This record gives sequence, C-alpha cells and structure tokens, in this order.
Amino acid sequence: MLKILKYSIFDLLRSRWSYVYFIFYLLLGFVLLFLNSDINKAVITLMNIIIVLTPLIGTIFGVMYYYNSKEFTELLLAQPIKRSKIFMGQYLGIALSLTLSLFLGLGIPFVFYGLFKSAAIFDFSLLIVVGSFLNFIFVALAYNIALSTENRIKGFGYAILMWLFLAVIYDGIFMISLIMFNEYPLDKFSLIATMFNPIDLSRILILLKLDISALLGYTGAVFKDFFGTNFGFIISMFILFLWVFLPVLRMKFKLKKKDF
Amino acid sequence: MSYQCSVFSIQCSAFSYQFVIPTVLKFSRERTTRNFLLLFFSFLFSTTFSQTKTINVCATCDVKTIKNAIKIAKDNDTIFVKKGIYKEHKINVNKAIHIIGEDYPILDGENKTESIFAIKAANFSISGFHFKNVGMSYTKEIAAIFISKSNNFVIKDNKMDHVFYGFILQRTKYGLLQNNKILGESKTEATSGNGIHLWKCENMRIEKNLVSGMRDGIYLEFVTDSHVSHNTSIKNVRYGLHFMFSHKNEYHHNEFKRNGAGVAVMFSKFIKMHHNTFHYNWGTASYGLLLKEINDAEITDNVFEQNTIGINIDGCNRITYKNNHFIRNGWALKFTGGCYTNLFEYNNFMHNAFDLSYNSRLNDNKFEANYWSEYNGYDIDKNGIGDVAHRPVKLFSYVVNKTPETLVLLRSLFVDIINFSEKVSPVFTPDNLKDEKPLMKPINPLE
Repeated sequence: MLKILKYSIFDLLRSRWSYVYFIFYLLLGFVLLFLNSDINKAVITLMNIIIVLTPLIGTIFGVMYYYNSKEFTELLLAQPIKRSKIFMGQYLGIALSLTLSLFLGLGIPFVFYGLFKSAAIFDFSLLIVVGSFLNFIFVALAYNIALSTENRIKGFGYAILMWLFLAVIYDGIFMISLIMFNEYPLDKFSLIATMFNPIDLSRILILLKLDISALLGYTGAVFKDFFGTNFGFIISMFILFLWVFLPVLRMKFKLKKKDF
Repeated sequence: MSYQCSVFSIQCSAFSYQFVIPTVLKFSRERTTRNFLLLFFSFLFSTTFSQTKTINVCATCDVKTIKNAIKIAKDNDTIFVKKGIYKEHKINVNKAIHIIGEDYPILDGENKTESIFAIKAANFSISGFHFKNVGMSYTKEIAAIFISKSNNFVIKDNKMDHVFYGFILQRTKYGLLQNNKILGESKTEATSGNGIHLWKCENMRIEKNLVSGMRDGIYLEFVTDSHVSHNTSIKNVRYGLHFMFSHKNEYHHNEFKRNGAGVAVMFSKFIKMHHNTFHYNWGTASYGLLLKEINDAEITDNVFEQNTIGINIDGCNRITYKNNHFIRNGWALKFTGGCYTNLFEYNNFMHNAFDLSYNSRLNDNKFEANYWSEYNGYDIDKNGIGDVAHRPVKLFSYVVNKTPETLVLLRSLFVDIINFSEKVSPVFTPDNLKDEKPLMKPINPLE
C-alpha cells in the first residue's frame, strides 16, 4: 500500500493541478494578509473560502483522478496486490497531496506575517485541521461516487451535485425547516442537523472560536453548552472522523464486490 | 464659632488653609458652576471671618472614635482620622464638617446591617477612607456612605470593598463624587447592591471613579442636570451604568467593560453621551448600550467594540448618532420597537456580524455618509463617496429576527446567496433603508 501511496503522491505532485492549487492558496494567503495585516480578520475571511472551496476541490480532484487513472488501476489489479491496498493508496495519495497544498499554501504566508507571535495561532491551526478533514471527507465521498458510476459524465455530475447539496441546498432546507417549525423548540434539532453535514459542522466549529459563541448564546443555551465546551469539541472532531471513516468503509465494501 | 479653637490647636486655621483652599481652587479651575462657587465662597467666608479647629482621631488620641469627634465638632471644623482600624457604623453627620482620613484608615462595618456614614448636612466633605464589610440586607438600603437631603459636598479618594452599596444618595444637590474605588465580589443580582446609587438628585458630578464587581456600577434614577465622566465600570453583575427617568444629563469619557449586560439607558430625555467606550460586553444577554424610550439625545464619538449587540434601540426618537465606531460586534445596531426620526451620520461600521437588524418594513430613520466595511460599491469620480447606495440590512438578519435559531447558518454559502439576491431586489427589508452616500474610507480611524 505504501508503494502505491508513494506512487500516487509523486504522480500528483508532478501534475500541474497540485501546483495551481498550491499557488492559489499561497497567493490567497499573501493577498489577504497584505490587505489587512490583522491575522484574526484574515482567519475569518479564510474560513469563508476554505469551507466552500476545499470540499469542491476535493470532490473534483477525487473524481478526476479516479477516472483518469482507471486504466492504470486496472493494470495494477492484474498484479497480485490486494484491491483495498491499491485504492487506499490512491485515496490517501490524493487526500494527502491536497492537504499538503493547503497546509503549505496557507502556512507560508501566515508564518511570514508573524503567526507564531500572534494569538491567532490556535484559530489558524483549527482552520488547517478542519480544512484537512474536509479534504479527506470529500475525496472519500468522491471516490465512492466514482466507484459506483461507470459513466464518467454521470460520475462528475453526481459529485458536483453532492457538493452543491452539502454546501448550499442542505443549508437552504435547514433554514426553511427552522422557519417552518418556528413554534417548536428547535435547539436540539438544529444541533443534530449540523452534525449531518460536515461543511456545517466545520463552519460552526471555527465560528465558535471566532465570533459566533455569544451570538448563539443569545438564542439558545444548548449550542453554547455543547459546542462551547471541550466535550462538544471532542464530539465534533469525532463526528468529522466518522465522516471520513464511514465513506472509506463503504469504499472497501464496494471494492470487494465490484467487477472491473 | 471659633472660641474652642485654641483649646485644640493653635494651627487650626493654617490647617484649613492648607487643606480646604487648594481643594476649592482645584474645583474652580474646572467647571465653575454655581455649586462650586457657592462652596468656594462658603469656605472663603468661613476661613476669613472665623477660626475653625481640627480634631484628630486615633487610638492614642484624646478622641478615639469618629462618632465622638463629630459630637464635639462645630460647623466648618476638620476631623483628621489617623491610620488604624475603626469598627464603627451608623456614624451620623449633620454638620458642615470635613472628615479626612490619613493613609486610608479602615472603617469596618463588621457586616452589620447599618450604613457606615449616614449623612444629612450641607457643605461637608469626606475623603481618604477605606470602607469595609457593610452587611447585606434584602429589605434595607445600606451603603458605606448614605447621604440624604444634602447639598454642596465632596466625597473623594475613598476605597471600598465588601460593601453592599457603595454610595446611596437621595435628594441631594450639588455634590461631587470623585476618585472613589469600589470593588465588590457580587455573585447574583438579588444579593448585591450598586456601586454608586443616586435617587432624585440634581446637579451632581460623578468623576473618575472605578466601580467593579457590584450589581450596577453607577445607577441613576430621577437625576437631572448631572455629569458622569471619566469613570471606569467593569465586570459588574448587571449594568455598568444604568439610568432611568434622568433628564438633561451628560455622560462622557467613561469606560464600560465586561459588564453582565452592558449599559442601560431608559426613559430619559435630552441626554448627551460622548467619548465613551463600550467594549467586551460579550455574552448571552449583553449589549454595549441599551436605549429604551430615549428622546432627543446626542450620541457622539463613542466606541463600541466586541459587544454582542452594540446598541439595542427600543422606541427611541430624534437621536443623533455621529462619529461612533462600531467594531466587531455581533449586531452593531439592533432596532426593536418603533424608532422615528433618528439620524446616523459619519459612523464607522466595521466587521460586525450584522451591521443592522430591523424589525419592521417601515423606516423613518436616516442613514447618511457612514462608512460600512461591507460596502462593495465603487467611486468613479473619486470624491470619497460611493456612487451606489448601500443597504445595511441583510435578508439573513431579517430571518434571524424571526427565527433566532437560524443563526447557526451564519457565514454559510447559502446565506451569502440569499443576502445577495435580497440586495439586488429588496423584498423583505425596508426599501428606503439605505445609505445614499456611503463613505469609501473610515472616518477618524482609531489607533
């Protein structure tokens, strides 16, 4: 598995898209910090970008890589290597290289502008951790979709739809249901509803460290009591981990039965 | 008046000059309002035409308690209290005397349910004491210094801790409270008192005091023509400053920080609030400033930073908001209830989660020439004024108003999309609520 992981990482690192992605984050970081040298504010803006963009890039990369390397994968499958090892290697390769781009692309400008001396270091590391989780989650989801659909166009369509659903439509439905059921106590419901969407969960995790905590407390103590505590933080991290683990599990399950 | 003087000390008039005159001069240098001229002349009169005496109080002196000293004192006498611990309470003052503590003698109330000083006099002063242990009562108003029906007085440079109320002033006129430090450790609203509590007073000045850990830092009810300035009010259980039915007052250069619920201003007219700082009033039910039923006020040059709600405006009319800074608040302005003919000009709205929350579709308030950090228009003719109007009310803030739980969706992509579509064609937010001349650059940026 390590060999395949190494291979796919090097393959990706050689490809143009990783560089574009890396340079995009690098420029973004520098421009943000150049425009407002307050690291705290930059972290907020960055959050807006990360929670939308990382899932999108992760999804597209995952699907693209699977379809592009399909012939080579089939070749590998003819060798005496376990199926799960091949695919796990590829999956980890993509997720790790994307995370590396994110980490270096944002890390370098922030270190340049004195991250280590700033109080924002915790917020920033949380941002990176959440961003990495999102990478792993969405690459896994994308791989699931790609494994289940033979048709390339369909696969891309489903993947984009999945991203659109989690990033936008889910929130829309969420908001409308909150408005519709206004008369009922909704604290617990909204708490659980955020758990079912990794993007929402990561957004709230970061926001709680930034500005939302007191605003949320204004409406319902349930949120603050949950997310504001270490227990809530650990639970949230655990759920993010589940969001990685379950798609990967399904991938393995699917692989066993799939006829290549 | 002066016949007893030689009995105590030959230097007494010299003492009077030494201590009283500089005090008077200091005040007259500042605002020479009627009250201090009166005070000045009364001192001048007493020091030039009569001889006054001083009484020393200490453990080894002839006079051992403050109560006794007051008993033998006549009008215009000065009592010096030397360093030590005085376990006295219910000290009645009904003469025009000056009580001065040297090196902060401790007045210990021993947690009895009586005020330490109970004063009903004119032309007196108290300074330099350290008050301690005033008992708590659910039925009586007990304070370190309780003043009623008095006028022309100065209370300054005192320290207080573990007191139920710091000051209670009732029906007083022309008084000055200056440089007092009141530090409490209040836990709940019901079991704690206010730092400085004024009821039915006129022409008072409250300056340079520090109040922390009490229920309300400074509380004013039915107080008129008074100045509250340069005070610091932090970490109080309820409000930093709280006033009701108090007209024609001026509040300036105060700092209100980390109070349970910020500053509340209610049912008052002709108020001026300027150069105050309201910050870090951050919590479930906190705001920088709560305005309720305030008319004809001027709120200028204040800083609102990191409050859950910068200003909560409820039923306020004809108020001018100018040159205020709203920085990183949850809501910069939150309107609840009908507010008419208010003017907001030259304010900075920077990086607030919501700049404005509005509860109705009617708007009679004017927003003009403010700086909005969220403004994304352009300025082609380079005159510093944006060429497109700015709409500060977002659809999301309207939704949050209706259903507070939707706040969990703050900063999500979906919310950005609906905000954008509302901006393009307003349906839910007031159509005429906009800043026609948004500034491109902030006014007077803070350091």
